Amino acid sequence: MAIMPSRQLDLTLGQKLWQVNWGLVFLITVTASVGFGMLYSAASGEFAPWATRQMMRFGVGLVLMIIVAVSNIHFWLRYAYIIYIASFSSLIFVELFGSVGMGAQRWIDLGFMSLQPSEVMKSAVILALARYFYASRMEDVERFTYLMFPLMLVAAPMAMIIRQPDLGTALLLAVSGVAVFFLAGVRLWVFVAAGIAAIGAIVPVWHLVLLDYQKARLLTYLRPEQDPLGSGYHVMQSKIALGSGGIFGKGFLAGSQSHLSFLPEKHTDFIFTMLAEEFGMMGGLTLIGLYALLLIYGFAISLRCRHHFGRLLGMGIMTMFFLNFFVNVAMVMGLLPVVGMPLPLVSYGGSAMLTLMFGFGLLLNVYVHRDVYLGPGAADGNV
Amino acid sequence: MYRDNDRYRTFSRRAIFMFGSKFLLMSGLIGRMYYLQVIEGDRYKTLADENRISLKLLAPPRGRIVDRFGRPLAVNQQNYRILLVPENVPDLQITFTALSSIVPISEGEKKRIKREIKRRRRFLPIVIRENLTWPQVARIEANSSELPGLVIDIGESRFYPDGEASAAVVGYVSGVGEKEFTGDPLLELPGFRIGKAGMEKVHDLALRGKSGTSQVEVNAVGREIRELERAEGRSGNEAWLTIDKELQNFVSRQLGEESASAVVMDVHTGEVLSLVSTPSFDPNAFNRGLSRAEWKKLISNPRSPLNNKAIAGLYAPGSTFKMIVALAALEKGVVSPRRKFFCNGEMELGNATFHCWKKNGHGAMDMVSAIAQSCDVYFYEIARKTGIDRIASMARRLGMGQILGAGLPGEQRGLIPTRAWKRQAKGTSWQQGETVLAGIGQGFILTTPLQLVVMISRLVNGGRAVQPSLTRQIISQSDHASQIRVSSEFEKIGIHPTHLDVMARAMAAVTNSPTGTAYKARIRDGNQAMGGKTGTVQVRRISKAERETGVLKNEDLEWHERDHAVFVGFAPVHTPRYAVSVVVEHGGSGSSSAAPIARDILLEVQRRDPTRNIGNSQALRMPKIQSEREEG
Repeated sequence: MAIMPSRQLDLTLGQKLWQVNWGLVFLITVTASVGFGMLYSAASGEFAPWATRQMMRFGVGLVLMIIVAVSNIHFWLRYAYIIYIASFSSLIFVELFGSVGMGAQRWIDLGFMSLQPSEVMKSAVILALARYFYASRMEDVERFTYLMFPLMLVAAPMAMIIRQPDLGTALLLAVSGVAVFFLAGVRLWVFVAAGIAAIGAIVPVWHLVLLDYQKARLLTYLRPEQDPLGSGYHVMQSKIALGSGGIFGKGFLAGSQSHLSFLPEKHTDFIFTMLAEEFGMMGGLTLIGLYALLLIYGFAISLRCRHHFGRLLGMGIMTMFFLNFFVNVAMVMGLLPVVGMPLPLVSYGGSAMLTLMFGFGLLLNVYVHRDVYLGPGAADGNV
Repeated sequence: MYRDNDRYRTFSRRAIFMFGSKFLLMSGLIGRMYYLQVIEGDRYKTLADENRISLKLLAPPRGRIVDRFGRPLAVNQQNYRILLVPENVPDLQITFTALSSIVPISEGEKKRIKREIKRRRRFLPIVIRENLTWPQVARIEANSSELPGLVIDIGESRFYPDGEASAAVVGYVSGVGEKEFTGDPLLELPGFRIGKAGMEKVHDLALRGKSGTSQVEVNAVGREIRELERAEGRSGNEAWLTIDKELQNFVSRQLGEESASAVVMDVHTGEVLSLVSTPSFDPNAFNRGLSRAEWKKLISNPRSPLNNKAIAGLYAPGSTFKMIVALAALEKGVVSPRRKFFCNGEMELGNATFHCWKKNGHGAMDMVSAIAQSCDVYFYEIARKTGIDRIASMARRLGMGQILGAGLPGEQRGLIPTRAWKRQAKGTSWQQGETVLAGIGQGFILTTPLQLVVMISRLVNGGRAVQPSLTRQIISQSDHASQIRVSSEFEKIGIHPTHLDVMARAMAAVTNSPTGTAYKARIRDGNQAMGGKTGTVQVRRISKAERETGVLKNEDLEWHERDHAVFVGFAPVHTPRYAVSVVVEHGGSGSSSAAPIARDILLEVQRRDPTRNIGNSQALRMPKIQSEREEG
């Protein structure tokens, strides 16, 4: 066993701030600024109603991110399950009582913004999984019974989110969960077996478990063309807008398709379309390039980290981030069905922005504490 | 001992694998982008420039509002409008000049249009002018090449055939205000109207309907080329009110230009047959959009046309409150109906003197004659014996001091004072003199005409807590299903039947005994005869000096210093069916000014009685006497 220096725990606040990866912070800000510009354009060259509020939320998120970054990593390890339970409780709360008491709201009102528990849940699941696997041995993850608990950690919130129904978020949760299992060293045949079992389960679940209206909702997700005035129309419009942008685009504020054709949700789900119409393929490539740089940062931080908690957490968060933007961009290009997934850091929306910044905060926290030693007892308070 | 190196190696291997997969997937996105924007780019450019497909919302027809027989109170009319799409107008000034040769446009309108262009998104059309004539439409169509960005559109506009007469009930629609956008895309349609007052506001969502969609091809300047697909919306539901349209017009004519209000109600079902407040306003003008001058005129009118006096006008009830005082006294047992008090024209209490309206006094008065002749001294006496809190509790049981929920926005609660109220609101204790004043319905007490008609109804319908209502049913246009509001049997309010009999006799005497205050306004036909009570509400203080030299007559006073005239009545006197309350602000005395109006209204409502019963026997049936088993 190598003895890791744990001097980072004794750093003062100033030293910790010095340790924060400011390059990554800068990159995040640049990406979010692309969003501000597009929101300004979506409102036909006005800061109201979207751009200003988004900037304010980003500011709040930035503060949150730095606070999380310089906090003690032991805190996140020790309270990972508590955070998970709190998020899950709020998810159940809006699910059960939202439709009765608050008029079918699926969010909690914080006054200055509303918080969607399903968004918060995404980070909480990754945190809890990293906590579970951080001290596991190779023999552990080979035992099937060892995997039952983390499986529950993923499946329980998934079931709640499917009920909403928000198939997109549920699948995203599942895939990022699987990614953490994969990184934790679970044997490959388990994934193959699970995949076969999942496909095999579709038929009985479809016929025995789902109710008619649930089936109808799922079918609309999978076959948008059945609803030509709904998402099928949106995708067709999105492709025309995007395609007509060409290589260099039509220019800022001049995206006639976005403005004239009633392109839906151009400030949220379809904001990439607007970017690609106004700035063409160059604009799209720039944004994808920014995302790629963020992924590289995350990857490097995870690999460089000396404890397993940080590695799993970093990769888990970055995988979720990747899935978020990949599904969105593929969706607006007509490669995936429309599932209602915002473009991270760019789309208008408070919950998504804040949970994302929280996630980046955790990533930065891992970076600041990259050389800390976290032994098997660390989660219980023994260093 | 755990093998961190093994773990780390596995992790790194798999992380690199995942990282690689992500980049592979991202290259897929880039490939797709290349395909759409470079390879297929020209095709999409053509699609975008020449044949833009745009999804338009179609405004659903707003549901009609009809009276109890289905006669229209609010309908839709075809309306040719000219719309302007700011994005497609190269130069606003040129467009204005070209257009004004066909349709004159004032400077004020130009300002409004410029303001709206700034406020709204540039691709949303703005209404320039509504209600165009057919020749104007034809000329604009013919010159469309010189008028880029202008579109003719056939819309529907709200029309109120009765105008001012129904305004107090029906209300009006007008454009969506900046703060009223809820995110419903319907509200962003040009010229969309929502209910702003009255039933239009109360039933706004039901009347609004569901929008349809139309997929249209538009060319590069946004002009429509053809419609590809159309999904019709669902028109709004139809609201059937309890109002009788012709009675409503009749009552409105009776009140004329006075600052007055009247409510007619079925005493058993609580259905409001007519509710009028004058002077009124033209709801069509609100829909069209008021000019600044018109608006100023409306709000500066001292007779406040925008205030619905029937539900929001607050008045001391005056002598119409005397039945409540009498009932409270009977219930407490402080007097019997036969007990007489002697009225010599005034009553002393401490060092204050309370005067009767009749300077020389009424002589010996029992309860029936005191109500019939409206003797004040009698009521000073029994109010003092009964106490304010018992009077207040009786008033509340008869519907005062509370929102009755007739369903119109802005209904007022009024005020029924109690000892506790005064301590809380004024910080001082209740004075006996105030109880005495309350005995004749003056002082702190405030009621609305709606509360007065409910009070009289509860007195004559056998003492049941009837509630006023204005909506009979909402009929859905798509499935013809209707939600019929079942008129419920109302609870008893626990007043002894013999006490109610005394009130009925007394109120019959008001109009039918030669000494009654409203004898002159009686109905001579015995089958239709009415009962009721007059009220004259003093709005100024009479000084001692004036009382000595003789109280000034109403005709000699400024309009705003004259007394309010109040009358509550019911008919037929032996089997009461209809109740009415009339309040004429500064109209003089209740007997000379309000009672004749109430008489004419009650005659008219009974004359129309047979018509009303056709096909409506079920809703208007007399409520059955409730059987004992429901109580047990």
